[in-house]
Amino acid sequence: MLPCTFWTRGVTMDVMAAPLPAPTRQVDPELAEDSVVDTPWQAIVWNDPVNLMSYVTYVLQKLFGYPEPKATALMLDVHHKGKAAVSAGDKDKIEADVAKLHAAGLWATMQRA
Amino acid sequence: MNGWKRSGRGAKARLVASLEAQEAAVLRGLVGEVRQILAGRADDNPADELAILTGMRTGPSTRPTDRVLARLLPDFTTEDTDLAAGLRSLHEPELIEAKDSNAAVVLETLPESGGRVELTPDQADAWLASLNDVRLALGTALDVSEDMPEQLPSDDPRATHMGVYHWLTFVQDALVQTRMQIR
Repeated sequence: MLPCTFWTRGVTMDVMAAPLPAPTRQVDPELAEDSVVDTPWQAIVWNDPVNLMSYVTYVLQKLFGYPEPKATALMLDVHHKGKAAVSAGDKDKIEADVAKLHAAGLWATMQRA
Repeated sequence: MNGWKRSGRGAKARLVASLEAQEAAVLRGLVGEVRQILAGRADDNPADELAILTGMRTGPSTRPTDRVLARLLPDFTTEDTDLAAGLRSLHEPELIEAKDSNAAVVLETLPESGGRVELTPDQADAWLASLNDVRLALGTALDVSEDMPEQLPSDDPRATHMGVYHWLTFVQDALVQTRMQIR
């Protein structure tokens, strides 16, 4: 067994028991400004009990080039609402986005917007 | 392992940690196991001659029955089973390959007997993804859930492995915090 002297529990997506403000806004208001008018597909990231909040934020910054506040807001949507649309666009783009999210280990799916 | 430190700047930026021999053995063992599980899935669906000639590989179209594999290789969509099958077949081989190459980076940069680990930012990204795969595999096998208590009762058969899971969580969280300081 490992000596467990050093471990400190990280905060996982599910474990942190932050009080939830009532969700009042739509899932992805920020997406509209970034995407063309015709955006029939979305990449959805789902909450899961293993992925760390810090890691999810980092992956969203790295894969999509989002500034930290936007990546954090999306991560919190995933955490509090169970899912968030993290990108939108045509089918090929979203398919590629979901493939990248899977490579990073996030639980992601694609759906028609 | 006391966490990760950043050293150097710009192109010389590195992420540095020191692991005990036992910690290195545990991490190498788990990374190797996940690699084996994924290799087993790939071996079940060998590339045929046409695929080798054309370079157009296809994987299986059905979701793994094993829970751990199913979490490592998720469906692309829940709305359309035909689309999910087609996209799995198209993308699964490269997903397994990506996970395998991340695992290889960990095994190459982590000395078998422990000691100093020094990573470039790209190597740190491979470590993050590989640590995440190991935590997903272990977390799925241990049924980690949001309402699980911080510490399991000592008579719970999972209690020992949960210690390893929490340690991996610390290693990954510390690495992502340090990695985020480097642009």
